[in-house]
Amino acid sequence: MLPRLLRVALLGLAMSMPAHASTLADFDFTGNVSEAHYKAVISELRCLVCQNESLAGSQAELAQDLREEVYKMMDAGKTDDEIVDFLVARYGDFVLYDPPLKPSTWLLWFGPFVLAALALLVMGYTVRKRSRGVEQGLTAAERARVASLLSEGTENRKS
Amino acid sequence: MKRPLLLIPAIVFTVMVVLLAVGLNLNPREVPSPLIGKPVPGFELSRLKDPQATLGSADLTGRVSLFNVWATWCVSCRAEHKLLMALAETGEVDIYGLNYKDDRDAALRWLQVYGDPYVANAFDDDGRVGIDWGVYGTPETFVIDGEGVIRHKVIGPLSADIVNERILPLVRQLNSRG
Repeated sequence: MLPRLLRVALLGLAMSMPAHASTLADFDFTGNVSEAHYKAVISELRCLVCQNESLAGSQAELAQDLREEVYKMMDAGKTDDEIVDFLVARYGDFVLYDPPLKPSTWLLWFGPFVLAALALLVMGYTVRKRSRGVEQGLTAAERARVASLLSEGTENRKS
Repeated sequence: MKRPLLLIPAIVFTVMVVLLAVGLNLNPREVPSPLIGKPVPGFELSRLKDPQATLGSADLTGRVSLFNVWATWCVSCRAEHKLLMALAETGEVDIYGLNYKDDRDAALRWLQVYGDPYVANAFDDDGRVGIDWGVYGTPETFVIDGEGVIRHKVIGPLSADIVNERILPLVRQLNSRG
């Protein structure tokens, strides 16, 4: 019997093997379609079922079907843009990991920069206000009070 | 208020809470369909019950109808089935079905056991027509107007609320329009 630790380690190794390793082997990359190009295209597309996975990584059945569609289209000589358009026409911009710039995505693209600009403005305002406060220094009345307090202190210490 | 700037963190906090609350209540599974407002995708498939006959886009034009994507392996399809039956009984709208990546015998048994709310079903064996309809999670239900234009899409199982508040009012509105 294997030691417990070894068995756990083997189980871990088995589970970490990519489950989709076999599916790319289903396709024939000796013809029109280059494997690297195909992989690049399906990695840029998002699976609708497991939403945090790309078409390349997902084992959902729809992802398998769409991988096959993409392969067929590439094999038929379609350009990357045509393939992306095909998917966007059916599933929307959601399938793109790199969403296009248009009014409905302005917030997505520019939001962070607007926030950063706002933060800079607030920071600039605060810093300027603080430094101005230091420059102004003390008023005449305050100076007199400081002087009297200081002299008071020395007198007390002497006595 | 003497120092209005002190209000800024409170305002930022409130805005964040509102945005996060809205975000949490959105359903990330509901991806808006680009097909809404467009004519139904062209297709022609064999019918589930009568494989010799076909069902296609032409059958979905002419009158307001629902197009329901389902399968026997889809658990939530079972959940919405009663509602489809009830809806079919009212006779308010024709329900067509797309039997998606299913087994023909299993699907026929399902309709026999649980009842058949459909006018007819298209049998989409390999899911190719499903892709053209942008199907990604069964069940899905499309509302199609008399001109064969997709007006609405429900992703996931129908509920009584969805039927009464979204589907039926839309069907009546489309019917009254012409």
